[in-house]
Amino acid sequence: MPTHAQTPAEGRVVLDAGDISRALIRISHEILERNKGAEDLLLLGLHTRGVPLARRLAANIAQVEGATVATGELDVTMYRDDLRSNPTRAPHRTQVPGGVDGKTVVLVDDVLYSGRTIRAALDALSDLGRPAVVRLAVLVDRGHRELPIRADHVGKNLPTARSERVSLRLVETDGEDEVRIA
Amino acid sequence: MTASILIKAATLPDGTTSDVLVRDGAIAELGTVTAKAERTIDADGLRLLPGLVDLHTHLREPGREDAETVLTGSRAAAVGGYTAVLAMANTNPVTDTAEAAERVYDLGRAAGLVDVQPVGAVTKGLAGEELAELGLMARSRARVRVFSDDGKCVHDARVMRRALEYVKAFGGVVSQHSQDPSLAGPTACCHEGELSGRLGLPGWPGVAEEVVVARDVMLARHTGSRVHVAHVSTAGSVEVIRWAKAQGIDVTAEVTPHHLLLTTDLLAGYDPTFKVNPPLRPEEDVRALREALADGTIDAVATDHAPHARHDKEHAFVDAAFGMLGLETALPVVTTVMVEDGLLDWAGVARVMSANPARIAGLDAVHGRPIAVGEPANLTLVDPAAKAVVDRDASVSLSRNNPWHDRLLTGRVVATLLRGTPTVLEGALA
Amino acid sequence: MTRHLLTIDDLTADDIGQIFTTAAEMHDVQNRQVKKLPALRGRTVINLFFEDSTRTRSSFEIAGKWLSADVINLSAKGSSASKGESLRDTVLTVTAMGIDGLVVRHAASGAAEQISRWIDVPVINAGDGTHEHPTQALLDGYTLTRRLGSLEGRHVAIVGDLTHSRVFRSNVKSLTKLGAQVTAVAPPTLMPAGVGAWSKAAGFATAYDLDEVLPQADAVMMLRVQRERMSGGFFPTPREYTVGYGLTRDRLALLKPGTPILHPGPMNRGLEISADAADALDSVVLDQVSAGVAVRMSVLYHLLAGEETQ
Repeated sequence: MPTHAQTPAEGRVVLDAGDISRALIRISHEILERNKGAEDLLLLGLHTRGVPLARRLAANIAQVEGATVATGELDVTMYRDDLRSNPTRAPHRTQVPGGVDGKTVVLVDDVLYSGRTIRAALDALSDLGRPAVVRLAVLVDRGHRELPIRADHVGKNLPTARSERVSLRLVETDGEDEVRIA
Repeated sequence: MTASILIKAATLPDGTTSDVLVRDGAIAELGTVTAKAERTIDADGLRLLPGLVDLHTHLREPGREDAETVLTGSRAAAVGGYTAVLAMANTNPVTDTAEAAERVYDLGRAAGLVDVQPVGAVTKGLAGEELAELGLMARSRARVRVFSDDGKCVHDARVMRRALEYVKAFGGVVSQHSQDPSLAGPTACCHEGELSGRLGLPGWPGVAEEVVVARDVMLARHTGSRVHVAHVSTAGSVEVIRWAKAQGIDVTAEVTPHHLLLTTDLLAGYDPTFKVNPPLRPEEDVRALREALADGTIDAVATDHAPHARHDKEHAFVDAAFGMLGLETALPVVTTVMVEDGLLDWAGVARVMSANPARIAGLDAVHGRPIAVGEPANLTLVDPAAKAVVDRDASVSLSRNNPWHDRLLTGRVVATLLRGTPTVLEGALA
Repeated sequence: MTRHLLTIDDLTADDIGQIFTTAAEMHDVQNRQVKKLPALRGRTVINLFFEDSTRTRSSFEIAGKWLSADVINLSAKGSSASKGESLRDTVLTVTAMGIDGLVVRHAASGAAEQISRWIDVPVINAGDGTHEHPTQALLDGYTLTRRLGSLEGRHVAIVGDLTHSRVFRSNVKSLTKLGAQVTAVAPPTLMPAGVGAWSKAAGFATAYDLDEVLPQADAVMMLRVQRERMSGGFFPTPREYTVGYGLTRDRLALLKPGTPILHPGPMNRGLEISADAADALDSVVLDQVSAGVAVRMSVLYHLLAGEETQ
């Protein structure tokens, strides 16, 4: 299990556990609506917090639709455009059950910001195969895009100033569910 | 006639203070000198020694003039306080004929900075098989007395025996590079031990030297001849030499400055600056060598000055050339290692760096003489307390393979006189 | 992580763990249709091999290419001593065009370390004389870890010509770093000089009797023995060597069932492997070729992809 840093709790709460849960339920419904069911769906969580979010979405979908949705993990370390300016770190697991060819891939991430991580994820996906469709689901969109990337499903739009820090904490990684702005 | 020189208030090897007047190439007066001279050297606090004599130098000419020439080597020798050096025979072509020996001798005279005494090869082409023309070399203008295949060992016992016998006719001596080639071959480059095992470097076990030393002293006894052991490097060799001398066997021995201080640990970074033959040894051997030099088991310090062009050292360690510079740093190293630690006094330094080597080389009519009226003025003036960090780029040698770079050493040659003519003044070439 | 990989000493146990983790991910890449990661795109890596080796060199070449690096193979055979061009001159000429990484194999111990002092580029030692072969040891450690899990407390026997083996020197370091108990087995003439002091300081054991060591071993590493060592007087005849130190059918039976056996290859039948055991062995000796590429991808990635931390 790759280690991750726990996000410290600071700033004011903008989403509590209840808000997060409701947002995830709504996103699960939206995914099913867009896809007209659960067929050929593949949820891929982006490390780190996208992974538990993808699992929660899969659990919700299983409850609503009664179908198990393929869920995996995608590591984009190798595809980042800022590789050269940081010390190297070991990549996380990439696990894609059933492959991506012909699938409706829904990338799942916690916070959408500059869009560079998603750009890297798209490059990683294209080296894994040829999905039929790629969509993006995020819990929080905080604006300030630097690339032409947009999310299909958004839990909460949170306009922020660049100087502000958005800390997203989840039970699976940080012990509790909440989103704060500092 | 050379100008007269007055050396004022020098401390002699025996510790007494004296003025020394040098005139017409000889020592004219001692004690308190009132006479005037054309040049005066203030030697207050400085130590006057007989001119140093090096039994073992590589001048590289003919053949490798890119590494050193007789002229540049003579400069380095003079700066180091030497008035005579023995130039080893492993040049290209090898000094194994009278003509070759005279050529080196003439180059030395032309340079005029130090008496260059050619060493003759023991065997033709250093091949270790047939004796070279030892007698003709002895009769030549070069008056060769010391013979050596240095670089290589005369490893065939029969050839060594013949050489030892043959040189008796003209008072010659064989200087043996002791290295049994079947125990330490041409790739052997690191003292065989824990470090060589860990580093994966071909080992050069001390026993490869000791078996040859042991054999040669027995051959010297058997033939009634004398033998000289070049660059002794192990405690075991010291034990053998000590025993042999106690038996009355006519054996003499030399040690290099680097073997008195540098140890095999320096090879840990694979720096070819420290690659030398015989290799640097562990601390125990270094200590045994110092004691042996102090108690007379080892008779002389000899530099084994081995200049190399930069590219010959800039190879992988195993492929790099063997050897280190030594002429300019010998006196400071001996001062730092032996005198400062009280193992040798200055009379001892005069003995091991001048009188003994002169005697072994057969140059003692002119070099290594006592400082007395009438003696030839081959003199070295030393500042025994001066401390300096060695800078390899300040050397007057053509080469830069200097293991002492950046090291603080005590002792500095201030002046060198060759038959009354100053070759070095104020620490630099005159 | 370290700038150069010259010896296993350059890596901490944590570094090794990271390299293994990354290697596992890299291993997966080999099963994809697009066998490429862009991590070293635009970087130029030169394989400078002064000593022949098809296996190691092609392993590094594939590893670099699957990371999208531009890989150039240069064979600089023939000791540079021949032409008045020094090793330093050769290396400076090669790196003068501005490269990002140098993988070096040389017949002289210490060559990689010396080269790293002359140039301003990360250097990876692909084998220097009898000194070290760090990526081989990482590959061996990675293979054993996948088979056995943690190597803490595991007993590994390394058997053969220790004196002339860089695989031994690197492995004894990496395995002890990972917590394994290493016993080095060889006849006295093939034990490195000073091994007594070295083994005590480094924490590994030595033994002359292979049959006593094998029953306790959790893994066995057989080293290649060259027939030329016979002419150096290291052992009398191949058959005597095999009887004393070779992996024979009888010795296979001494091992605990399922004990992994490693051999850096290629095997010398009739020397360190008896002829009759060789066939039984083919199915037991672990295939390390694809793992070798993955480990080398991991090393290249960690040393060349990011910003230097030193």
